[in-house]
Amino acid sequence: MASKATLNSEQAIKSETSSKNSGPPHISLSKEDSEDVGDDLLREDWKPELPPRRSTLELMNVSQKSPTSSLRIGITTTRPKLQSTATTALSLADADGQLHSDELQRNSATSLRSSPSHKSLRSHTPIYRSRSGTISEIDDTTSILSYHHLPGGSDAESILGDLLTTDQRSPQWLFSHGDRHVKQDEMPFDNNEPTADFNREFDEIPDLVEDGSNEAELLQQWESKRKHFLILSAAGKPIFNRHGSDNLISGYIGITQTIFSFFESSNDQLKSFSAGKSRFVALTRGPLYLVAISKLGESDSQLRVQLDSLYMQILSTLTLPTLENLFSKRPSTDLRRPLQGTESLLAALADSFTRGSPSTLLSALECLKLRKRDREAINNAMLQVKCKDLLYGLIVAGGRLVSVIRPRSHSLHPGDLQLIFNMLFEAGSVKASEGESWIPMCLPGFNKNGYLYMYVRFLDILKEKESEEVHKSTDTTEDRIAILLISANREGFYELQKMATEVIRYLEKIDKLSTIKSAIIQGRPTTTDIVPGTVLQHFLYKSRGNLQYVMPSYEPSFITLLGRRRLLSVYHALHAGVHAKTGHLKVYHCISREHVALAWITPMFELYCIADGSVERNALAQAANKVIEYIRSQEERVFIIGGVVSHGPSTLTLDE
Amino acid sequence: MAARVQTGNRPNAKFAQFKLVLLGESAVGKSSLVLRFVKDQFDDYRESTIGAAFLTQTITLDEQTTVKFEIWDTAGQERYKSLAPMYYRNANCAVVVYDITQASSLDKAKSWVKELQRQANENIIIALAGNKADLVTDHPDKRAVPTAEAEAYAKEAGLLFFETSAKTAENVKDLFTAIARKLPLEQAGPRGLRANPRAGVDLRPEPQAQGGGCNC
Repeated sequence: MASKATLNSEQAIKSETSSKNSGPPHISLSKEDSEDVGDDLLREDWKPELPPRRSTLELMNVSQKSPTSSLRIGITTTRPKLQSTATTALSLADADGQLHSDELQRNSATSLRSSPSHKSLRSHTPIYRSRSGTISEIDDTTSILSYHHLPGGSDAESILGDLLTTDQRSPQWLFSHGDRHVKQDEMPFDNNEPTADFNREFDEIPDLVEDGSNEAELLQQWESKRKHFLILSAAGKPIFNRHGSDNLISGYIGITQTIFSFFESSNDQLKSFSAGKSRFVALTRGPLYLVAISKLGESDSQLRVQLDSLYMQILSTLTLPTLENLFSKRPSTDLRRPLQGTESLLAALADSFTRGSPSTLLSALECLKLRKRDREAINNAMLQVKCKDLLYGLIVAGGRLVSVIRPRSHSLHPGDLQLIFNMLFEAGSVKASEGESWIPMCLPGFNKNGYLYMYVRFLDILKEKESEEVHKSTDTTEDRIAILLISANREGFYELQKMATEVIRYLEKIDKLSTIKSAIIQGRPTTTDIVPGTVLQHFLYKSRGNLQYVMPSYEPSFITLLGRRRLLSVYHALHAGVHAKTGHLKVYHCISREHVALAWITPMFELYCIADGSVERNALAQAANKVIEYIRSQEERVFIIGGVVSHGPSTLTLDE
Repeated sequence: MAARVQTGNRPNAKFAQFKLVLLGESAVGKSSLVLRFVKDQFDDYRESTIGAAFLTQTITLDEQTTVKFEIWDTAGQERYKSLAPMYYRNANCAVVVYDITQASSLDKAKSWVKELQRQANENIIIALAGNKADLVTDHPDKRAVPTAEAEAYAKEAGLLFFETSAKTAENVKDLFTAIARKLPLEQAGPRGLRANPRAGVDLRPEPQAQGGGCNC
């Protein structure tokens, strides 16, 4: 068993040339360093006296543990064309220039930065062997094999489309060139960790009384919020702010606008800055300024993704041409009027970011776990009764996808679906209507320039028939099943309504509504349901090809608002760590007083997991491997692979 | 909830189905009126309607006559204006709502009435509803539209008129019943007005017994 490690600054990958079998990739975190890597630094980092629970980058071994679970790693003698050359230096300057200081601190890149000799270390792409024994450049084989099982040939492209470019762009290519000052902070979940006051984060700030005597008190409340979003027009007119009335914060809005225009007047663009514990991140989109102010320790790029999503929400109401028209005609337009009635959608979206949204963090969607056969039957039910004008047909249960049919030429953008889910499951309007809805909506990922029309019907089958059953979920919106039928025909309501009725009838006839229902009642499994005895408290697994993710229940460890936020803060830190532009990390391990956490990135998946602080690295790594095994065995249940292609309308004309 | 109507059993029973559209400025209480009518509920805080909601409610006028309303509850915002014709086209009746504490909302209501009289069905029955009557019972000074003024306008324009409160349910049932009584019920056969009635949309799944009609 020849073994040679290919090394980068963050991980040591142990490779092996055995060719007799293949299996899920296996990582293990072990102290035994690869013998051939004579790098002092690594040794240094591996010194047993890892200080007490300090955030630190750990070196990882990706190694072969057992013959049955083999990550086939080829020897690098025939080094392939590397994605990044093996010797590219990771210089301090690099890090300074491209990583935001906060990222660095957060990502606890102490080992990255501790010594200049790290400059010589660099990730490179190790070679792996696929089952066939051929050398592949892909640095992990996890779901390569499973990819072969994808049904449907050319139609097997992701339902969510060919969005990897967008996907990649969002987190790691947007690091600001902002503040170069580097502080040595602790992990965000040690320092910036939301405390009990987070429970009051969503309390409304009362109105100013007429004589203004409560202003100081209200401003203090305003400042105590962990997260703010401000949207204003380039002319300085407020459009949206999550907390407080315009009157109360008019001063802040004025300052924000002044700072923006100061930079703009010097042909520069303000991207981000820090003030105290608050991180300010700005995004300019056409005539709009969007600002996030966060004390939750998110990275700039993560905040920017959130801002972009708010911008998309505005576009989904107005469409881009309308927005541009309004401002080109009258730069001083007050956008609040045309957006009237959608404040609740913006607020619901903002609050989901503040609570922490795995879906937004990962730019991916979650599916309801179903047997493949059941899902096929449900898909088929929709196809059987599909009407002519249908563009997309979806069945969604509590924000989780059950079934998707789509035209061959179009995929679905996860960002668009997030907007739809936010409207249906987070904001109150549609679900309160107790009926069917017909909603004109621009899906910016699909087409920024025009409206589609969405037919929505909620089914309350759980409420009616199973009231005696104990629901795992306490949130009733989680229980609701919605049928969404989307068309470009504004007159299409009755046709889609008829189709929905037929879909429901069909599903009842083949008894699949009850299947969906029991899947919902079952809820997400806990980590110990998934891997008995696992040390993991929670994980997120994102399939990069499908733009979908899997996670276990927040129970039992993270059910409170605060608990969930802390968990999500850890995930944000991990995510920022592995997506740091200069890092090229594949495996990232960090430790706080309370938790050990691990991120593992391959071209196929991203895995983030967390365990109690007392858990050993090895155990954590083993547990991570078990999750990968589980996902692999359940892949066709937990993901919708490809979606069903229908022969939709070949040409589309959208209403503007 | 109204009982489901068994039309087949009684030879003289009439069952009529009508399309009704609610129009009016945003935040005057259109959705609240519908919620009171359909579910007999009231939400103190209700978010704006997005797009339009489609609901049904059946009322019994007398032993012989049942009327089913297919209700389009539209969003009041200006940006949805261009979609309105889709909702009032073919409507048999309309409820135009204003807020008695907001004078401008009556102006908006008047412009809807004008549009309906110009563009909608010739025989459309229009009711004018001055909502939020509960707000002025304790604070008469909050009233911005005198009853007499609205009533005079309604008479002149040939509209039914009610001051309603979705919150207290005042006049809500009466409003819809009055509309139903004005509708051309004599044309209603046992299976509704239309030759090809759109399958009434029942939000509950149909009873299993009817499940056989599937095209598979």
